[in-house]
Amino acid sequence: MSDYQVTHSKSQVFYDVFERKAELKHQTHYCPGCGHGVAHKLVAEAIADMGLQDKTIFVSPVGCSVFAYYYFDTGNVQAAHGRTPAVATGLKRACPESMVVAYQGDGDLAAIGTAEILHAANRGEKISVFFINNAIYGMTGGQMAPTTLVGQTSTTSPFGRWPGNEGYPLHVCELLATLEAPVYIERVALCDNKNTMKARKAVRKALELQKNGAGFTFVEILSPCPTIWKMDPLDARRWIEEKMLPVFPLGVFRDRPAPQMKESPVPHHTFVEALELDTKDGDTHERAQTSKQAGRSLTLKMAGFGGQGVLLLGQIVAEMGMREGLEVSWLPSYGPEMRSGSAHCHVCLAQERIGSPLISHPDVLIAMNEISLRKFAPQVKSGGLILYNRSELPEGFEMPQARVVCVPASDLADQLGMAKVANVIMLGALMAENDLLTEESAMSVVQSTLGAKAKSASVLEMNRKALQAGREFMQKAATPVQN
Amino acid sequence: MRQLTKGNVAVMKGAVLAGCRAYYGYPITPASEIAEAAALYLPQVGGTFLQAESEVASINMVYGASSAGVRVMTASSGPGLSLMQEGISYLAAAELPCVVVDVVRGGPGLGNIAPEQSDYFAIVKGGGHGCYRNLVVAPASVQEMADLTMLAFELADRYRNPALVLTDGFIGQMMEPLELHPHIAQAPEKSWAVKGTPETRPNAVTSIHLEPDTLEAHVRKLEAKYKEAEKVEARSETYCAEDADVLLVGYGIVSRVLRSTVDQLRERGVRAGLFRPVTLYPFPSRALLQEAKKARVVQVVEMSTGMMVEDVRLAIEGRVPVEFYGRVGGNVPSAEEVREHVMQLVAAPVA
Ligand SMILES: Cc1ncc(C[n+]2csc(CCOP(=O)(O)OP(=O)(O)O)c2C)c(N)n1
Ligand code: SF4
Repeated sequence: MSDYQVTHSKSQVFYDVFERKAELKHQTHYCPGCGHGVAHKLVAEAIADMGLQDKTIFVSPVGCSVFAYYYFDTGNVQAAHGRTPAVATGLKRACPESMVVAYQGDGDLAAIGTAEILHAANRGEKISVFFINNAIYGMTGGQMAPTTLVGQTSTTSPFGRWPGNEGYPLHVCELLATLEAPVYIERVALCDNKNTMKARKAVRKALELQKNGAGFTFVEILSPCPTIWKMDPLDARRWIEEKMLPVFPLGVFRDRPAPQMKESPVPHHTFVEALELDTKDGDTHERAQTSKQAGRSLTLKMAGFGGQGVLLLGQIVAEMGMREGLEVSWLPSYGPEMRSGSAHCHVCLAQERIGSPLISHPDVLIAMNEISLRKFAPQVKSGGLILYNRSELPEGFEMPQARVVCVPASDLADQLGMAKVANVIMLGALMAENDLLTEESAMSVVQSTLGAKAKSASVLEMNRKALQAGREFMQKAATPVQN
Repeated sequence: MRQLTKGNVAVMKGAVLAGCRAYYGYPITPASEIAEAAALYLPQVGGTFLQAESEVASINMVYGASSAGVRVMTASSGPGLSLMQEGISYLAAAELPCVVVDVVRGGPGLGNIAPEQSDYFAIVKGGGHGCYRNLVVAPASVQEMADLTMLAFELADRYRNPALVLTDGFIGQMMEPLELHPHIAQAPEKSWAVKGTPETRPNAVTSIHLEPDTLEAHVRKLEAKYKEAEKVEARSETYCAEDADVLLVGYGIVSRVLRSTVDQLRERGVRAGLFRPVTLYPFPSRALLQEAKKARVVQVVEMSTGMMVEDVRLAIEGRVPVEFYGRVGGNVPSAEEVREHVMQLVAAPVA
């Protein structure tokens, strides 16, 4: 009668008994003539024949095939609606040796899950996706699918799909075939025995390719849904041939090895190296309990334009405090504020556990520009210190509660020939005023925050000079302009 | 040795040490440094990092990896967490462990990227559909970003349930000393996982139970786990609470602010103390009630219009007056601001 004999014995990849419902122990829940049953059989037989049963993880979708895991005697994971390719991605990456089969309907794959299938394909996930296109939502009772044909009626396109409102049927194979990574894309149809045999071959080919680690494989299966289409099974198969094939042409859309690519650029390291863990012992914190630092604290605010290095200056001060064995916190302004060109940070150095890292009234303000001076100076504690990055104060500026020192750090940095070190000059100035921060740590911290740039002797030298310039400026020239 | 570290980076260092070997995520301020650290660290130690196409995809990749028994995580901020809620519900339903970090920013909608605590309802009370709970920890320092992330992995596996790290933009962005022990935690053997091996072939991960009785039995099983967690996993911390007339209650960054407020109030002769929930689910209700009973008034402070305060009121059962003070929009209340609020409160004549 045909070259494809529907066998009535069950594939070994199907369970002996389907435990879903007591009254349906040897029957699937699919309607008579449903394409899902045939597609399941093709997949199950291929898995069995290829000896892949133990390695297979079957990922079932939401749709009529949600209960596929009652039939497939393989590892099973049931995914949320549309997310099968994402779930399959997580599984395959975790178990590269396994065979991951993703099975999806047209609503699942081509509507709610459009992003997931496109990106899984684009990444070349080494999985096999079987896409059951029945041009309708079966499980929920016959609503329009993205693959519903123009003019086809459904419960949500009762007058027939009209492209002016609902758009055109989505051609998934054609879409995926625009991507680089997929190795195999074919559309087949369960419309007659000959085509079912072709579908059988396509399913096997996809699995074979996955077994060999070839790449992303995809088979779209045009599939009858006699119940929703309100046809008998034979008419439904005929409808595929007459109505669906002209819209969804069969054929191979991609069949080629994965593109050549270079070796992964990722180096391999131990976790200690990768996390850059400092595994030296030595609790400097305890040392501080007994040192001259006992009971002391310092809160600072640094503010200026982005690019003036105020955030880095804050980090350097925090790092120095930490090396002194103090508790420290550094809290930056972040996000659009930085993009708009201004930046500030709060730094706390304390003997005790630090409460709020947000400082309302700092001991010290380092203002790198006039806006910051005007904005933050009123917050400085009474008896506090303000270092201002200019040779003189703006006209009419008064801040009686604090001592204001003009340290023209940017000008001094320009004189040194390196505008970038203005923040280090300010650090030098700060250190001249406060002995909580020690000389020893300053250069080594500056060096470590410079990272690769610290390799250059001239850069290091420049920073050393900057530190010195700031300190000397305070010692020599800085006469308090106020107070 | 202690290393000056950003909160978001500490999350990932802790995660790697907790045995996390996969991260799937999508960038969003102020959480992106977690993904960036994951991208840097995990591949170097043989793990997986993938920037997904969306938070929807991320959480479902997490679902897949968790199904295979891997310690896996993702992180995001408010808008991304909204997209993950469906997936988190599925993970809880399928009893899959995972860690999700929410570095909360201002909402609703696109809001802004400054810190808030306005995801409390969404994270602590569920957010997704169905009867499930998230286990929730709330770090208040960079050190705790690592430590509580590690705890979250333990809790997730212990209860086979998502564990959420609820934090905010400030804790994520700030730097503090971090001390870590170079030791990788061993994830427990997961006999239920699906790995594509002969031993795991009989396993199935699913969340659908069509028969009402079957689903009820399943939901009851989840409920029993949550009840058990409520008994043994609630964690909290106090500061100067023993003799406090005014008990301040706050979590995360606010608990840091309140610590300073307590000091300032005590300097002014007000006997203040702090109660800080470390786990938000289970909520440390019993410990809170014990402390609160000794106080004259309980002052809850949040960066929201009042979310955790509902749990505080439930715990205190009307035995002590509960006041609320909240800031939103990305404004973090200062210690002084809260202090003034409390000074007014204690000065007010008792009704
Ligand atoms: C988030 C979400 N939205 C909607 C649904 C309801 N739903 C279940 S299956 C389905 C469509 C299934 O259609 P299809 O993928 O074509 O599969 P079929 O049933 O035709 O095999 C829908 C909309 C759901 N389960 N989850
Ligand atoms: S409704 Fe359609 S797709 Fe669903 S089982 Fe019946 S025939 Fe198959």
